[in-house]
Amino acid sequence: MIDARTLDHQYDEENLGFPEPPKAEERKLDIWEKLSLSLVGLGVLIFIVLLFNTPLRGTWLGFILAFAPMVAGGALYFWLSYKNTVPGIKNDGNFYKNITSRGSLGWVAGILMTGFYIVLYWWPQYLEGGVRLVDPSSYAISGAPATHWFLYGFIYTLALIVFGIRMLMRYRGNRYQQIRTLSVMFFQLGFAFILPNVLMLFNQPEYYFSYFWPLKYDYLFPGTVSYLANSPGGFGVFFIFWGLVMSFLAVPVLTYFFGKRWYCSWVCGCGGLAETLGDPWRQLSDKSLKAWRIERWMIHSVLVLIVIVTASLWINSVTQGKVLGEFSGGAAKWYGFFIGAIFSGVVGVGFYPLMGSRVWCRFGCPLAATLGIFQRYFSKFRITTNGGQCMSCGNCSTYCEMGIDVRAYAQKGKNIIRASCVGCGVCSAVCPSGVLKLEGGSFKDRYKGADKPVQAFIDSIKHVP
Amino acid sequence: MHVAIIGNGITGVSAAIRIRQLKPDWKITMISGESDFHFSRPSLMYIYMGHMRYREAKPYENSFWERNDIGLLRDWVLEIDSGAKRLLMHSSDLIYYDKLLIATGSKSNKLGWPGQDLKGVQGLYDLMDLRELHENSEGVKSAVIVGGGLIGIELGEMLHSRGIHVTFLVREDSYWDNVLPAEESALINGLIEQEGMELRLGTELKEIFGDRSGRVRGVETSTGELIDCGIVGLTAGVSPNIDLVRDHEIPTGRGVLVDSGFRTGVEDIYSAGDCAEIVTLGDGRNLIQQVWYTGKMQGKAAGESISGLDTTYEPGVWYNSAKFVNLEYQIYGTVNNAQGTLEIKDEQNLYWEHPNKKHALRLVHDGSKILGINTMGLRYRHRVCEFWIKEKRSVGYVLDNLKEANFDPEFFRRYESEIVGNLKEQQT
Repeated sequence: MIDARTLDHQYDEENLGFPEPPKAEERKLDIWEKLSLSLVGLGVLIFIVLLFNTPLRGTWLGFILAFAPMVAGGALYFWLSYKNTVPGIKNDGNFYKNITSRGSLGWVAGILMTGFYIVLYWWPQYLEGGVRLVDPSSYAISGAPATHWFLYGFIYTLALIVFGIRMLMRYRGNRYQQIRTLSVMFFQLGFAFILPNVLMLFNQPEYYFSYFWPLKYDYLFPGTVSYLANSPGGFGVFFIFWGLVMSFLAVPVLTYFFGKRWYCSWVCGCGGLAETLGDPWRQLSDKSLKAWRIERWMIHSVLVLIVIVTASLWINSVTQGKVLGEFSGGAAKWYGFFIGAIFSGVVGVGFYPLMGSRVWCRFGCPLAATLGIFQRYFSKFRITTNGGQCMSCGNCSTYCEMGIDVRAYAQKGKNIIRASCVGCGVCSAVCPSGVLKLEGGSFKDRYKGADKPVQAFIDSIKHVP
Repeated sequence: MHVAIIGNGITGVSAAIRIRQLKPDWKITMISGESDFHFSRPSLMYIYMGHMRYREAKPYENSFWERNDIGLLRDWVLEIDSGAKRLLMHSSDLIYYDKLLIATGSKSNKLGWPGQDLKGVQGLYDLMDLRELHENSEGVKSAVIVGGGLIGIELGEMLHSRGIHVTFLVREDSYWDNVLPAEESALINGLIEQEGMELRLGTELKEIFGDRSGRVRGVETSTGELIDCGIVGLTAGVSPNIDLVRDHEIPTGRGVLVDSGFRTGVEDIYSAGDCAEIVTLGDGRNLIQQVWYTGKMQGKAAGESISGLDTTYEPGVWYNSAKFVNLEYQIYGTVNNAQGTLEIKDEQNLYWEHPNKKHALRLVHDGSKILGINTMGLRYRHRVCEFWIKEKRSVGYVLDNLKEANFDPEFFRRYESEIVGNLKEQQT
């Protein structure tokens, strides 16, 4: 007979789950951590005051006072809070902390971030105070007064760097994560912020080398191409060349060797922000089959859409509007509004605290879709599963920001070859039994233990066990 | 044909899935009183620490079972009536089966310590234990963990993450040295203290004291030390859970006795996983395997056997892996423990350890061929290590090709040249 204790067990684990166990004592912040947080608070206060038209606004002193305390305090706090810990995985309490588990603070953060994007896109006049604050830096880098887009780029880069420092500290002991984080920090600061502005200083078109079509969709629009081609000094022609090389040569070739991570989690600015500012929320991505199905339809629809929009613009440009008339211009405008602004900006970043850090990259980015197709069918990259070592604990799936159910493959001993994988490497980092390794092995044994791509696609629709 | 499976752990689930693959039209019912759906037992610690929720601990979506037509029943089996081929249930109607798999797993050992039934004294094995631990953690500042094994250190890490001060009482002279060699075991001793937990080696539990409400308040150790604590974790191993078939016609030893096709002594009743004791493996010793991987392999093999395939369970080259707080450990093949309990003919060991105590590698060989590999803080490739051991590669060959086995993430520092240099020196 079995014992009474087990017979008494009627617990509804499905609906009740397991609430947070009490803590013996909250870890107290030491004096330096308190000071660094106070500095952030003070910084926010100074920033708000300086938004108003004070004599300091528009001066270097005002600029430094507005941003330095927040940035220094934030970076210092992250450094202090991790420096005395043993290097390892730091996920304790992620599902207990209100802000990282879709609690009220998470919602507040989501609404604030969403709201910022809405103001930025449609009511930038209300950002005037902030724009004037960054004027000195804009003059220094680009030789022109700041615009709200300069302010946005500036804040974006700062957030990425401060939270990049958090990543660097959090993943002490994991050189893949550290080097990758340094890489996104470098590309954001150098290629997506300083370089485009410096180009303007030399009266060249503002150009982002780290973005290209179809993510930066207008780079291959006829309007942009003719503008670049006609810009003085020949730089424009080089930019067109660069954009074509990246979109049509770098994408297949680099993805063949490295998988899509060479871009998505090492270079891209959207990915960079997701990997740094978005990291605290990576566990919130939906892992269900349903989400995967929606994802595949959605992201590939966006890709089809932008191809149609771009093609129609070219047809129109070549035929001088005789074939499509107003259609192509209208389509481009609507694409810019719904996909460019609402999806990639407002939802893409604003929903970090609610749907995880990669909403845009997973459901919308047409470049990610393209890279994904190459990664899935024409690449050496895979996540190798280490024999039979998986014990189905689920850390990999939980912390996959792209919502891939990594465990589903690992527990069958299959390699993970998925179009959406951005190669962030966190599944491998959090695995307690050393099961996962991102690597680019020979093309032949890639599917060893994994399914054939076409069969896998059919199976995934039919849900074969 | 109706197959009933008692237990929805990794063994029961592996069997159910295998049977479904082989027999698309058989009826399968998986019974568990513990949970509605299968969950990963190793995740219990991550739920407690807040790394994941219960729903993340489930390896399959709830809809998986319906899609694959595997019936699930939440209830306890009270008795197996093997004559009438039916199960007496705690709250539902009788269940008639054609074939039955007993996969009831194991139970935490309670070794008869005075006070072991006080509130706050518990093991860590199932969902009931997890729930108890959540409740028992209320207001607790310190805990004592008895027994130095994998579950012990997991429980220590869990409590430590909630700010509860942990003291380990370990009977052996070094942590888990009845499995690990002395050097690896010493690394664990070091890291326990580095993490801020306390370790009492060569110390046993003498008595557990309670307060008037029947709740634990402290323990006395074999050295006479009194330690105040609100939780006592009993992690002195597990035993096959055979409560259901004790005093039943199904023959049992320490576990349910089965042959290498997981057939018990009673027709159409099978048993596999932690609760099974496999006889006739040839060497005269019965085999009880109680880790995740073997549960999975045994379940799969039992599923084949139940489906009528002529499957003989071959354990293959032994492997296991674990993580001691932040230090990962892997074993492939045969590695002796600190006490030298395994009799390995002409056993020779080559051992390298990084001065920072975070990486170590051991090669066990018999002068001609490689027998076992232990790694600490290094990830090695299962396929490669298994191949070397199976193919009886010489230790020289292994050293010359050691780089091939590394499975650490990209950009991690590689120690193989250092290791090979050092080990070759030891050889001469």
